[in-house]
Amino acid sequence: MAAHVEDTNAHEDGHGHHHKETFITKYIFSMDHKMIAKQYLITGTIMGVIGVLMSLLMRMQIAWPEEPNVIFKALLGKWAPDGVMDADIYLALVTIHGTIMIFFVLTAGLSGTFSNLLIPLQIGARDMASGFLNMVSYWLFFLSSIIMVSSFFVEAGPAAAGWTIYPPLSALPMAQGGSGMGMTLWLVSMAIFIASSLLGSLNYVVTVINLRTKGMSMTRLPLTIWAFFVTAIIGVVSFPVLLSAALLLIMDRSFGTSFFLSDIFIQGEVLHYQGGSPVLFEHLFWFLGHPEVYIVLLPALGITSEIIATNSRKPIFGYRAMVASIIAIAFLSTIVWGHHMFISGMNPFLGSVFTFTTLLIAIPSAVKSFNYITTLWKGNLQMNPAMLFSIGLVSTFITGGLTGIILGDSALDINVHDTYFVVAHFHLVMGISALYGMFAGIYHWFPKMFGRMLNKKLGYIHFWVTAVCAYGVFFPMHFIGMAGLPRRYYTNSNFPLFDDLANVNVVITIFALIGGVFQLVFLYNMFSSIFFGKKAVQNPWKSNTMEWTTPVEHVHGNWPGEIPEVHRWAYDYSKPGHDSDFVLQTTPMYEGEEELQH
Amino acid sequence: MTALLSILVLVFILVAIWQMVKIFDLTQIGNSESNNQVATDSDNKINGYLMLGFLVFIYVITIICFVKFGDLPLMSNSASDHGPDIDRLMIISMIIIFFVQTITQFLLHYFAFKYRGEKGKKAVFFADNNKLEAVWTVIPVIVLAGLVISGLFTWTSVMNPDKGNDPLVVELYAQQFNWKARYAGEDNTLGKANVRLIDIDRANILGLDESDPNSDDDIITTELHLPVGKPVLFKMRSQDVLHSAYMPHFRAQMNCVPGMITQFSFTPTITTEDMRNTPEMLDKVANINTIRTQKSIALTAKGEDPLERYEFDYLLLCNKICGKSHYNMQMKIIVETQEEYDAWLKTQKVFKGSLISAN
Repeated sequence: MAAHVEDTNAHEDGHGHHHKETFITKYIFSMDHKMIAKQYLITGTIMGVIGVLMSLLMRMQIAWPEEPNVIFKALLGKWAPDGVMDADIYLALVTIHGTIMIFFVLTAGLSGTFSNLLIPLQIGARDMASGFLNMVSYWLFFLSSIIMVSSFFVEAGPAAAGWTIYPPLSALPMAQGGSGMGMTLWLVSMAIFIASSLLGSLNYVVTVINLRTKGMSMTRLPLTIWAFFVTAIIGVVSFPVLLSAALLLIMDRSFGTSFFLSDIFIQGEVLHYQGGSPVLFEHLFWFLGHPEVYIVLLPALGITSEIIATNSRKPIFGYRAMVASIIAIAFLSTIVWGHHMFISGMNPFLGSVFTFTTLLIAIPSAVKSFNYITTLWKGNLQMNPAMLFSIGLVSTFITGGLTGIILGDSALDINVHDTYFVVAHFHLVMGISALYGMFAGIYHWFPKMFGRMLNKKLGYIHFWVTAVCAYGVFFPMHFIGMAGLPRRYYTNSNFPLFDDLANVNVVITIFALIGGVFQLVFLYNMFSSIFFGKKAVQNPWKSNTMEWTTPVEHVHGNWPGEIPEVHRWAYDYSKPGHDSDFVLQTTPMYEGEEELQH
Repeated sequence: MTALLSILVLVFILVAIWQMVKIFDLTQIGNSESNNQVATDSDNKINGYLMLGFLVFIYVITIICFVKFGDLPLMSNSASDHGPDIDRLMIISMIIIFFVQTITQFLLHYFAFKYRGEKGKKAVFFADNNKLEAVWTVIPVIVLAGLVISGLFTWTSVMNPDKGNDPLVVELYAQQFNWKARYAGEDNTLGKANVRLIDIDRANILGLDESDPNSDDDIITTELHLPVGKPVLFKMRSQDVLHSAYMPHFRAQMNCVPGMITQFSFTPTITTEDMRNTPEMLDKVANINTIRTQKSIALTAKGEDPLERYEFDYLLLCNKICGKSHYNMQMKIIVETQEEYDAWLKTQKVFKGSLISAN
């Protein structure tokens, strides 16, 4: 039986009448999880626009290197004299694009939006365990976003050592312009971001454990909540390690310590550093860096599970296996970081160990993929835009995930490490997949967030163009990687060896530009529908979960009266013995009805 | 001005979208059911067929990529003794991936098409089946076990090559933004070195220890020459930031880490000359030169110098982001016969006596 938490008196008093809401407490310093979710969504979207724009600039540079480009001139200013992009700013774009997309869009934008929105609503809680911490978490995220973006305006440019910021490149201002003030801002921004993420994650964990409504046992939780819950746990376990790496790096940079540096001769002088090792940084970084992939991906998979089940009008296939694979992936994700370091100079024996653990992850991933496919089987699929993006996610998750068995295999990694093969792999399996998860979530829960519907026709256009472009960009990219083209090269024109790949790069860039421009359709749809969209009904997708029992107009405390009791799991779709093809979790069992043993 | 133009274009695009939406809305007046933004039967049908179309798109793009780029020279004709092992494993993995990808994408998109929703249809209540779950847990386990085992054998043999056959010891030295090679000379032992001993004024650019007799016969070069058929043990060093010594044709890569010596070993099996004359390479080079000739025509029209003709050479590339000129950090590798190699080595200066004496 679930932990049943009685509403405290203080809570009970709070709804509607007790405190006066001003503009500032309602829209800015709000402690209401629904408002905070919207704040995360809007901030994440703006960061997403910036991040995607950067990738388009990079793609144009790769396709048409050294050619003057009016767009460069307009957007990059002094970094593109006469419209020709500077090599330093290219690396800065690589770095900040990665950082923004991974942390600010797909971690904060995705988890921040949907964990905040859905955890209280789907478990039947009035709000997060601590509304105040939740507010602080958002504003720290906002602050870190501002600092990250502002690093573009410092004299020597933003951090440019790659999103992995390996020292010594990131530690020595003389090694690279971006390793001066730009890197300082990067580190400060990330330290604040990590604080924000930890506050958020702790809140999610505590809320899920303590604030479930009566009847909401752990085995009745929707898979979204399982995914958010486990994600928050990995975040709490791994983010502090990145924080420690960042702090040690700050020490090396500013206070002369030698944690990561040793024996360096640069710009004609020997530096004093002695005894540190950059490999140590790589270990610390990837101890977060790899779980981070799943911090990005698991919420997207949770969202997809929910949406595929709802729109297939079928229970998710293998609920227990889905939960088990989420947990297995989460656990394994913390013991595979070394597969990013096969050729870092680490002992080759460790390479063998990490190959083994890495390929183990393929098993729960395969289980999840097959379960999604089986959920579709003999369903009654409602092709809403959210459903399309969820199916798209399964498709890119499979395509991108499969090449993981090449990269996770240390022997094969030798030759494709740090080539475009890797770029193609992780963009499909975590970038595009998580982005699809985020889009799916937005299309599905937009009525819950804003009380209005997104335009479905625009949603269809958005999905199909995006889907074609995503494959058009990343599928051929595997092949230029297998031809040995290293990533993070400002131009390939110094290597005639790669001249025959130039045309492929142009094709990829054209797909990227079309895909990028069509995101405007989505932005238009989202921002216009907030104000002018069609008014939503209470349960537009005929879904079982509890958020759809709350009124369309948001009320503080989510349910105007008592929080309803939960009587069944979230996936009684098309259950024999019921007239309707969905049964709300709050519907009591009829006499003699059996709950599935799960 | 350009900024203004870009903003204008953006505004026009948004206006265009708005107008399209208006048209959609107008065509649906009076059709209240389809106007609530939830998928209707006709939406399900259209998108179901599009799913099928998308499946075809995935297959087509796969076929195009394999036909056009599947013979990229890095998939085959490796030039080191362990290369064929890696290539074989790569091809096996690719076949498995291809197989699984084709089937799962088919099931996913075909089901999306086949079971598209219709009013009045009821989905099958099918929540669990332990047998099925077991099947798709066990099959990946078996396949992966095979891959892991063969991968680990390959990895172990690449990383721990037979030590018995007295490899040629060569140091690869990385700095922003070029490579140096140091040969160990007659004694085949590299002299001690440390960045603290670097003395640019005296031309001791690699920081060799003059008091170590092993360094006397060391030879520092800017081109990497290797005798064919002889095992080479590379010792990697970096003086400033992380670099990665990537020799794609030899299926070899290892990071160069400041403060630490890393190593990688392989035996080159095909001389540069022989590689240039393989049919694949002749094709590739001819293709590249056609592309370069076309580019040159455009360049000369603009009054610039045409591109040089390309001739194949093995390369050492930097493959770890290392700063501004990372994209141009390379060294030519020449694999030649033992005699050619010996003759070349004789023309190079040994370390002893190469330093400019201090005043």
